Amino acid sequence: MEKSQSEIRIIIVGIAKNPLGFMGLVIVGAIVFSAIFAAWIVPYDPIEMNIRDRMQGPSWSHLLGTDQLGRDTFSRVITGGQVALKVALPAVFGAMAIGLTLGMVAGYGPKWLDNFLMLLFDTIRSFPTVMFALAVVALVGPSLQTVVLVVMATSIPTYGRVARTQTLTLRNSEFILAERSMGASMARILGVHMLPNIIGVLAVLAAMDIPTVIALEAGLSFLGLGVKPPTPSWGALLKDGYALVRQTPWLVIGGGLPIIVATLGFTFLGESLRDVVDPKLRKNQ
Amino acid sequence: MLIFTLKRFALAALILFVAVTLMFLMIRAVPGDPVQIMLGPRATPELQARLTAELALDQPIFRQLIIFYGNMLQGDLGTDVFSGRAVTQIVFQQLPFTLELIFGSIIWSAGLGIFLGAYAASYPNTLIDRMVAIASVSFVAAPAFVVALLSLLLFAVHLRWFPAIGAGNGFWDRMEHLVLPSFAIGLSWVGYIARLVRASMLEVLGEHHIRTARAFGLAERRVVLVYALRIAILPVVTVIGVGMGFLLSSAVFAEIVFARPGLGKLVIDSITTRNYPIFMGSVLVSTGLFVVSTALADLINAWLDPRARSAK
Repeated sequence: MEKSQSEIRIIIVGIAKNPLGFMGLVIVGAIVFSAIFAAWIVPYDPIEMNIRDRMQGPSWSHLLGTDQLGRDTFSRVITGGQVALKVALPAVFGAMAIGLTLGMVAGYGPKWLDNFLMLLFDTIRSFPTVMFALAVVALVGPSLQTVVLVVMATSIPTYGRVARTQTLTLRNSEFILAERSMGASMARILGVHMLPNIIGVLAVLAAMDIPTVIALEAGLSFLGLGVKPPTPSWGALLKDGYALVRQTPWLVIGGGLPIIVATLGFTFLGESLRDVVDPKLRKNQ
Repeated sequence: MLIFTLKRFALAALILFVAVTLMFLMIRAVPGDPVQIMLGPRATPELQARLTAELALDQPIFRQLIIFYGNMLQGDLGTDVFSGRAVTQIVFQQLPFTLELIFGSIIWSAGLGIFLGAYAASYPNTLIDRMVAIASVSFVAAPAFVVALLSLLLFAVHLRWFPAIGAGNGFWDRMEHLVLPSFAIGLSWVGYIARLVRASMLEVLGEHHIRTARAFGLAERRVVLVYALRIAILPVVTVIGVGMGFLLSSAVFAEIVFARPGLGKLVIDSITTRNYPIFMGSVLVSTGLFVVSTALADLINAWLDPRARSAK
């Protein structure tokens, strides 16, 4: 336990030393903080309508103005961050866990299983992500859970492929051969000996994947196929902003900027995490 | 090379087959009668019966699948429920708009990306190199539809430099309508391609034939532009081929934001009107486009670099 704690500290210190990494930490920290404490930060109820104050520009009482129903845009942006993380975190970690398991099984298990899983991965990847997402949402109906499931399904192959490649390179290394000769079970070899060597690369991939997922959620909500109204999501803000683009710029700005800032934050974090976890990867990029 | 080509296309066909079958089964697995969903609650029983027979929905699912594939191989993707026109006709009418958008985006972003990458690699660790590096990470991060909305707001609504809606008529008008959407789609590619070219350029610049060219006293600009760049842009080809799905996804959003005709708009419209034949047809064509372009990228890669042929 103590060892892993100090490792985490080394990683965080390593990230913070890099200026971009530091910025990433600050941005992601701010987003997570505002999502957790959203209820205390927001000045207004994000779904409460107030028709008398509709379509206002920014002012001290409404930092980002109000929308066509008089809802406070700033409050909706902050609460929207909560929705974004609620979709992104379970989707990315779920996909990572399933992709990791399938990838390791494909890399270590029998050849036919490997071929089957690879074909499955390639097939899922052969749908353009948004088309696949649209197809599923159109058939099953829009909801937060559907978005999470779709995102998970589309990103499992990426994790699976990376985990498989890593497993293939490791499977003939001496410490694994030694374990096998001592009769260790497949579960033990994969779970205890391979996993620690693979997880770092996948964590980097996950950090880089979170912005993609946030953007996909926002995109689906923008098309009206994601989170249902009146739940405030950045994509829903953009949808309203697009409809009213000739009347007010603040809804598009309020929905668009957080997405760009969040994407930047997670990308910076992922890049510097990669440099800390595996400096060799940087050269290959 | 011939065997590799055949194998690669067999794999592409297999993937397409599995994908289409999955999609077909998914549509059939939706609870509720598709005919009723498509026609709405007020349809007469005669109309419902006719459509059921037309879509072969009264047959067992396995037969439906065979009928679907039989028709597909003859180039028949069914008929639009509402207008009665052939789905292939509708899809291929919209396809050029999407292709135009994708190629427009790729051409400007690859051009600028290659230039920036090559420039940064020629002057590594200078201020310009750093700026390109930071800019490229930031550009990669910008999701296409957010860029599309923000550029619509700034350049079309406020500054009124470019049109906001449609695809235009006539060559120059069309080009003008292409500017903002292709800007939105291409922006993230500029940074990505710049990084890619910078890395491969640095590698190529360290190779023997470049040293030889320099030893012969060739001008540095000629060495970089003619001898190094030619090899350094190879990865870009692969990346664009594999990135086709990503480009198509961005195109869906750009088409919606700028109200352009195209595959993306067709798909969204077919979802909102529950027009399954159109939906199936446009998803099929875009998936096919993606599978074929990935296979082509692999082939070009194998042709340029023989080592890739035995890698699989």
